[in-house]
Amino acid sequence: MATLIDELASAIAELEDEKVLELVTTRLDSGIAPLAIVDNLQQGMTEVGMRFESGDYFLSELVMCGEIMKDAMAVLEPHLAGADQQHRGSIVIGTVKGDVHDLGKNIVVMLLKGAGYNVIDLGIDVPAEKFIEALKESQAPLVGMSVLLTACQEGMKEIIEEIRAAGLKVAVIIGGNYVDEAVKNYVKADYFAHNASDAVKIADEIFTTARGSAHSA
Amino acid sequence: MTKNPEELYQERLKRVEDAIALRVPDRVPIVTFFSYFAARYAGITYEEYTYDAEKMLSAAIKVHEDFEPDMADIPGIYYLGPTLDALGFKQLRWPGRGVGPNKPYQFVEGEYMKAEEYDHFIEDPTDWIIRKYYPRICSEFEPFSQMAPFKFSFTYFNMGSLAPFGTPALQKAVDALKKAGEASMDALTYIMKFGQEMAKRGFPISLGGLTQAPYDTLGDYFRGTKGIMLDIYRRPEKLLRALDKLTPWMIELGVTSGKQSGNPFIFIPLHKGSDQFMNQDQFKTFYWPSLRKVMMGLIDAGMTPVVFVEADHTSRLEIMSDVPPGKVVYHLENTDIFKAKEILGDKVCLKGNVPMPILCLGTPDDVKAYCKKLIDVVGKNGGFIMDTSVSLEDAKIENARAMFDFTKDYGVYR
Repeated sequence: MATLIDELASAIAELEDEKVLELVTTRLDSGIAPLAIVDNLQQGMTEVGMRFESGDYFLSELVMCGEIMKDAMAVLEPHLAGADQQHRGSIVIGTVKGDVHDLGKNIVVMLLKGAGYNVIDLGIDVPAEKFIEALKESQAPLVGMSVLLTACQEGMKEIIEEIRAAGLKVAVIIGGNYVDEAVKNYVKADYFAHNASDAVKIADEIFTTARGSAHSA
Repeated sequence: MTKNPEELYQERLKRVEDAIALRVPDRVPIVTFFSYFAARYAGITYEEYTYDAEKMLSAAIKVHEDFEPDMADIPGIYYLGPTLDALGFKQLRWPGRGVGPNKPYQFVEGEYMKAEEYDHFIEDPTDWIIRKYYPRICSEFEPFSQMAPFKFSFTYFNMGSLAPFGTPALQKAVDALKKAGEASMDALTYIMKFGQEMAKRGFPISLGGLTQAPYDTLGDYFRGTKGIMLDIYRRPEKLLRALDKLTPWMIELGVTSGKQSGNPFIFIPLHKGSDQFMNQDQFKTFYWPSLRKVMMGLIDAGMTPVVFVEADHTSRLEIMSDVPPGKVVYHLENTDIFKAKEILGDKVCLKGNVPMPILCLGTPDDVKAYCKKLIDVVGKNGGFIMDTSVSLEDAKIENARAMFDFTKDYGVYR
């Protein structure tokens, strides 16, 4: 596990909720730019994601980290109005039609946001039209689909077919408890992820190779 | 010579009991959740399976007649429609209500108990359930929030505490309770009928009751997945006290249901303690101790915990080996069942785990190859029951057929 130099980033990584809020307030009061504070929060969050990947952290730590981030952002948000927030690219994500499970998807959303992506979260029970509309609007080069139930596999396959039929050149990544290589091939997705940190790794790969051509909205 | 149903019943029961007791049966038993496979196989919709008792019953009988498992899968958690409608139940979406007519029921995750309600819950869980929880999960029971606690109504001095039942809103809620009771009684009648029909055909019933790990009860139904994870950090003392409160309650639930049904196999599905959900210290502090107490409480009362170990618990296997030998079944989903055989082989009967991708997307030969490996390795010296990793729900029919035929043929102990 890496030790972070910045005190705030380190407090996030160690899940010290009270210290995080205290530091955010002190830094704001001392005139530090809100975006610089967000940067430190994201550093901490990235470290949490890495600890999850290496097996030092678990979902409980991710959920706690997400809650600390939410509380910190609630303090920061009023100061961020008008600030030009940079992001690494846009990703559309949702749980496929027929399926209402979103625990896993929400964790992926949290880690992707923490890693600096603009995530367009369509929620649960999402039909093909909504995926297509969001992809056209955002020009996102990557769409993530979450599924827990084998009963929704056919639906996922159809959604992917419709996205391709709409002429959208996007990479499709799928995730969910039972998803594996065979499921990926069956539904004709490009990638599958076993857990949330895999999803971030794949996104990083896609956005690194696509840099330059990726549209930043 | 054909065996009569009573002989078949005893033979199948012994086969499963031998496996559970870690003895070598005549062959590897096969017991599975058919779930909505039964509806699909009979050519009816999941919605009909949920709402039409006669169709449900004949579909459930047919799938058992055709596949002949060693124990029957009781369809009680699928035929729920009329009862849920009467309640205005909000904690599930089910076929035809919130999901399509051929989609399975799904739980609606939520924080149904607020963090500040821990004290009420610990002090008087029944009152909390009636006046706080029911109004949130059943639209018809929203007026229950206007009731006075029943504990106030012990004296004729205080009959005024019953006055809320004089209001139109609560009277409507009581009517709904009556209707839900009637629907539930009707469902029970059909479930008992199913049991009789199965006995006539020589099938024992696979499960006689249900309970849960205290952490899962609190996390699934009350605090929500996120809520309970935050409680680990923000209010661990209260969480532990609530788990202490739930432990005897979960034992009582399992033992009572087992005694009422006369069937000692008590189902315990595990949800929130899997490998990625919490760290090992958290598992040892918040998850395992109360789960183990529940299992021991059931065993002491003569019951057999049939634990459905969902998702992946491979890193927990050493801890989970702390149970008396030959008294518990672990049905494994994605846990490494071969490693589990090494660690738990002399302690726990293992059940599982033909993976869903093979059953849904593979060929009968793929299924047979996986079953062969299971029988050769996990079935060695007994203590193994063939099953899918979850249920047959979306399995191809020819793959289900292959799993049954192959197990009965190749699974014979010679």
